[in-house]
Amino acid sequence: MSGSFSVFTRELKLAWSGGGGAALPVGFFAAACSITPFAVGSGIENLKVAGPGVMWIALALASLLPMERLFQADLEDGTLDAYAGSGIGMEGIALAKTLAHWIATGIPLAIIAPVLWIMLQGPPEASLFVIGFSLIGSAAFFFFGSIGAALAAGMRRGGLLIALVTLPLYVPTMIFGAAGLYAVASGAEWAAPLMLTGAAALFGIATSSFAAAMALRTAID
Amino acid sequence: MAVLSFFANPHRFMAASKWFAWGFTVLGASVILIGIYIGLFVVPPDAVQGDSARIMFVHVPAMWLSLFVYAFMVGASLISIVWRHSIADVAAKSAAPFGAAVTAFGLVTGSIWGYPTWGTWWEWGDARLVSVLVLFFVYLGYIAIWQAMETPQKAARAAAILCLAGAVNVPIIHYSVEWFATLHQTAMNATAEFKYPMYVVALGYLSLFGGLTLINMRAEIMNTRADMLAQRKQAAAG
Repeated sequence: MSGSFSVFTRELKLAWSGGGGAALPVGFFAAACSITPFAVGSGIENLKVAGPGVMWIALALASLLPMERLFQADLEDGTLDAYAGSGIGMEGIALAKTLAHWIATGIPLAIIAPVLWIMLQGPPEASLFVIGFSLIGSAAFFFFGSIGAALAAGMRRGGLLIALVTLPLYVPTMIFGAAGLYAVASGAEWAAPLMLTGAAALFGIATSSFAAAMALRTAID
Repeated sequence: MAVLSFFANPHRFMAASKWFAWGFTVLGASVILIGIYIGLFVVPPDAVQGDSARIMFVHVPAMWLSLFVYAFMVGASLISIVWRHSIADVAAKSAAPFGAAVTAFGLVTGSIWGYPTWGTWWEWGDARLVSVLVLFFVYLGYIAIWQAMETPQKAARAAAILCLAGAVNVPIIHYSVEWFATLHQTAMNATAEFKYPMYVVALGYLSLFGGLTLINMRAEIMNTRADMLAQRKQAAAG
């Protein structure tokens, strides 16, 4: 446990001191939401229909971006081998790394979400809900994504494969989270989608590190 | 268990599968043709949907097979992960193209049936249609991972992990899509007379699946052998 914790703190420091690497997905998220009105039309009515859904897709794609390097960098420079020999257990390492990257990138995504929400004509009073949904949703996206990240860690051009492998796993979070955003936008009942999004996130957190660990052990063989 | 370890040897597998591969393929193709004949000429038109419902005779069994093939791959992947069984890897890999093809065929036939019945080629409100589309993408990811990995051993492990992760998630995806769906198309309450061509075609698909998968597996094993021979030749020359 203390071993996983030191991996976690190391990853967190690296993510925040890595020359803005952790902030790139936030920029992507903002840019993707900002070009939406050019495609769907800038009218308030258009944005009310398309905005929450497009925002949720942008959040999922922004969460996919860090996945290519999540394990790859450590596999290339041998850090993963050193971890494997340390007796911590690959599951703990996968969990610690994913959690650290979610804190470094997922939380900033959730913090900027209400700004984009208001730009896309969402009601400002729903901002707290948007932060909540984005926090839970990005956690689900990160942890489900870590399975694809671990599978593609040993490949040179793994990014596209991660997307193909991971997007089907995103379906439940996509459905419940977007339903939740539409619910808070229209003042409808939001508790059920919130709980279901939370369930998807918890399921991802609970199961993904086992699959990721299995894939990582194959990669360092 | 005894059967498993018996077939862990590729030589035994090759000897035993030689006739089954083509036998199942020819048998499957003939049974499918018989089933289609019954479906087209023997069974009367459906009371409500008329002749357009006849596409169900090839569509419904394709949907069954799309799940069956995935279940088969999950079983093979489990065996491969637990016992490092080389033939199980080959089996899972060889089954995937048929699974993807039958799923795509089911989607296309479902869409062709949907147009006269629902008035639209694609209905996002139908949970089964959308779940099957997701399953199709899972198949594509599985096939892609086999092609992306450098060594066959690593590809086999990674593909097996993905297959099992998919198996855990596909039911959850299905229920979440059902939650999302608004327009529920309940299962067709077909009469027994209307159903039996489906069973005939399903048996044909099953036999065809067995035959084509065996042919694929044999080709895969021969390919590995050819690679080994080429390497040996190169080593001897150099």
